[in-house]
Amino acid sequence: MSRRARLLLLAAAGLVVAGFFAAACLRLPAFGAAVHPYGERAVAAALGQRTANTVSSVNFDQRAFDTLGEESILYASVLSAVLLLRLARDERKHEPRPAPVLPSTRLFGAVLLPVTLLTGGYVVAHGQLSPGGGFQGGVVLASGLHLAYVAADYRALGRVRPLAVLDVADALAAGAFSVLGLVGLVAGAAFLQNTLPLGTFNTLASGGLVPVVNAVVGVEVASGVIVLLAQFLDQAVEVVER
Amino acid sequence: MSVFPYLMAGWILLVGIYGLATSRNLIQAVGCLSVAQSATYVLLLAVGYRRGATAPVFSDLPVGAPVVDPVVQALALTDVVVGATVTAVLLALVIQLRKRHGTVDPERLTGLRG
Repeated sequence: MSRRARLLLLAAAGLVVAGFFAAACLRLPAFGAAVHPYGERAVAAALGQRTANTVSSVNFDQRAFDTLGEESILYASVLSAVLLLRLARDERKHEPRPAPVLPSTRLFGAVLLPVTLLTGGYVVAHGQLSPGGGFQGGVVLASGLHLAYVAADYRALGRVRPLAVLDVADALAAGAFSVLGLVGLVAGAAFLQNTLPLGTFNTLASGGLVPVVNAVVGVEVASGVIVLLAQFLDQAVEVVER
Repeated sequence: MSVFPYLMAGWILLVGIYGLATSRNLIQAVGCLSVAQSATYVLLLAVGYRRGATAPVFSDLPVGAPVVDPVVQALALTDVVVGATVTAVLLALVIQLRKRHGTVDPERLTGLRG
């Protein structure tokens, strides 16, 4: 198909989509309206389960089965990236040479690396109380670790990144989510139902199953993102054609 | 204009699709797909917005305070995670294409190769 014909087809399809979308928007509830029936029920359910962060309650308690699917998608994508970017027959790895780094940059990285890892851990651990949770904190942990690459070099990253351990941690955490679902079945309730003791509202141990699933997701996201980024970094730094 | 935020989401979607259809570079096309997908974030958060309300986190809020809809926020989080993973897999595919076919221009990717 020629470029011009393709653009014409796209314009026609775009006009149809735009027309129907605008018509649908006109029938939506007004922007900023006070009535949110699902939201109000979710808030009431979250407070009933003594979870202060309603978004975490929705993700890890009320819609935990949906999050199991989301987490499996994450695991599958890490797996496929590892598979797609594996070393081909006509490639080999070469040892990256140490790069010159300003001492001040190196010091900055060494000071900030523990701070960012602590921040990530905090965001994961307080997922049921304050904004954040396993997904957000996991990404903070994983990207914080790469300060070692930004502020030093690839060899320094290799020393703070135990890839073999993280590979296993990713798989174990992904599986642990499903196993945690069985806790509900053992207690005679539904799969992934929140049957653990709920604790005191607004404390670290509140929310029953929520902080446990949250921590498992934090481990999976952190190790998954590190493994994922490792594949891309390998391609850029280590892998050359034979 | 109470429909303006919704229409903005539609506009972002169409801009992303336009970029996807006209792009001559697959890395750029993956970026365009992310743009098209970010329309769903805008739409979800616009649907959940409530005037004068705050974030649905009750650690420092009295019970019964007006909050925005937490369900769509949780959906937006799912959306972001799935978007990021799809981007990662697509970029891995682009790297493989570049190695096997020597180009990232979709117009020049014509032959099938094992």
